[in-house]
Amino acid sequence: MSNIIEMFSYSFMIKALIVGVLISLCASLIGVSTVLRKNSMIGDGLSHVAFMTFALATILHVAPLYFSIPIVIVVSFLILRLNSSNKIHGDSMIALVSASSLAIGTFLISITKGVNIDINNYLFGSILGVDIVDVIVSIILTVIVLFLYLVFYNKIFAITFDETFSKSIGIKTNVYNAVFAILCSLVVVVGMRLMGSLLISSLIIFPALISMQIFKKFKSVVISSVIISVLTFILGLIVSFIFSTPTGATVVIVNIILFVVVKIISMLK
Amino acid sequence: MSLIEVKDLKIGYEGHIVLDKVNFNIEDGEFAVVVGSNGAGKTTLIKALLGLVKPVSGSINFNGLKQEFIGYMPQETKVDSNFPASVFEIVLSGTLNKTLFYTKKEKKLALDNLKLLGISNLKDKSFGELSGGQRQKVLLARSLCSTEKLLILDEPSNNLDRESKKDLYEIIQELNKMHNITIIMITHDLDHGNLIGNKIISVTDGTVISESTEDFVRRVHHE
Repeated sequence: MSNIIEMFSYSFMIKALIVGVLISLCASLIGVSTVLRKNSMIGDGLSHVAFMTFALATILHVAPLYFSIPIVIVVSFLILRLNSSNKIHGDSMIALVSASSLAIGTFLISITKGVNIDINNYLFGSILGVDIVDVIVSIILTVIVLFLYLVFYNKIFAITFDETFSKSIGIKTNVYNAVFAILCSLVVVVGMRLMGSLLISSLIIFPALISMQIFKKFKSVVISSVIISVLTFILGLIVSFIFSTPTGATVVIVNIILFVVVKIISMLK
Repeated sequence: MSLIEVKDLKIGYEGHIVLDKVNFNIEDGEFAVVVGSNGAGKTTLIKALLGLVKPVSGSINFNGLKQEFIGYMPQETKVDSNFPASVFEIVLSGTLNKTLFYTKKEKKLALDNLKLLGISNLKDKSFGELSGGQRQKVLLARSLCSTEKLLILDEPSNNLDRESKKDLYEIIQELNKMHNITIIMITHDLDHGNLIGNKIISVTDGTVISESTEDFVRRVHHE
C-alpha cells in the first residue's frame, strides 16, 4: 500500500496514470470493431509509422506529437484505401508499411550525428516521456471518442457486423471507416510514448480478445473491454513501479496473463 | 407501372464490363429468381440494384421506392458466424435508426419480424450458438426491418440442409404471397429454388434474359 501512495507522490506517475487510463479506454473502444473486422494489425502498422515520424521530428527539432499526427492519419487512409481496392492484400500492405517505417526510422536515427536519442524509449515506451501536452491531448481525444461512440453506437454495431448490409440501408460506411482510421491514429500516436511503438497496438486488441472469450453480446463485449483495458493498465502501472519494470511491457504481460486465464476457464466450461 | 425498371444497363469495375445491355422489369408483388453460373455477375447485378455499384451507363428506376427501403440479405458466409452479438441486437440493426437509442417503434418492428419468422424464442441467444438455418432467418428478419416492399436475397439457401432449405423457401414464399413483398432471390439451387418464383432472370455471357418461370422451363427443356 505504501508503495502505491509513494507512486502517486510523483507528478510523472500521475501524468502517466491519466494518459494511460484515457488511452486504454479509447483503444479498447476502437479495438472491439477493429478486432471483429479482422483489422487487428492496423494499429501495429500505424505505430511503426509513428515511430518513424517521431524519429524524423526529433532530427528536425519539431514537436513530435504535432508532426506525427497528420502523417499517421494520412497513412491510415492510404492503408484503408489500398485495402478496399484489393490490389494488395490487407495483411501484406500493413506488413509492408510496418517494416518499412521501422527500417527508415532506425536508419534516420543512426545516421544523424549530434542527436542523442534513446531508441528504446520509442520502441518500448517510457513513463518519463509523458508530458502535460499528452495529458491535454488524451483528455480531448477521450471526450471525442466517447461522444462519437455513444452517439453512433447503433451504426458502429451495424457496420462492424455487416458493412455491405449497412451500406445498402444508407449508412455512409466510408465516413465511419475514415473516422475510425483517424481515431486509431490518434490513439497510437498519443499512447506510443508511454507504451512504446512495438506495444501500443496490444492496448487495441487484447481487451477486445479477452472480452470476446467471456461475453457473447456486442454491448457486453464493449463495456467489458473498457473495464478490462483500464484495470489491466492500472495494475500494469503499479506492478511496473514496484518492480521497476518497463510500463508498456508490464501492461501487456498483465493482459497476456488475463487472456490465458480466461481462455483456460472458457475451455473448461 | 413496374416496381423496378432496368434499362440498357451496363455495369463493370475498373474498365472491365461485367454485364451489358441488361433490360428487365420487376412488377409489384412479383417473385423473381436470379440464376447463373459462378462469376456470371449475379451479385454484381444485385449490388447495382442496391446502389452499391454505380452503373457505367443505363438506368435503374425504382418508381417511388427509396433505395434505403430495400431489404437486403447478403450471403450468410459474408457474416462472421462467431460474431459476439445477440439475435435481437442483429435484427434491430436492420431498422433505419437515425437516433441515439432505438425507439419503441423500432424495437416493436424487430420483435414483430422475429415473430413473423417464428424465431422469437431466439431473441436473446448469441448468433454463434445458432444453426445455419436459424442464422439465415435472423438475417432475413434483419432485412425485413428495413422494408415492407422489396426483399433482395443473395443465395439464402447456401449451406443449408434439405429440411432447413424447404423451411426457408416456405417462409420466403409466404412473405411474397401473404405480405405482398416483392422478392428478388439469387440461387444456385436448381432443383427447387429456381422454380419457386414466377419470373426467372438468367445471367449468362455478360447479359441477362428475363422470362416467366414457365417459359424458362420450356426453353431449358427444349435446349
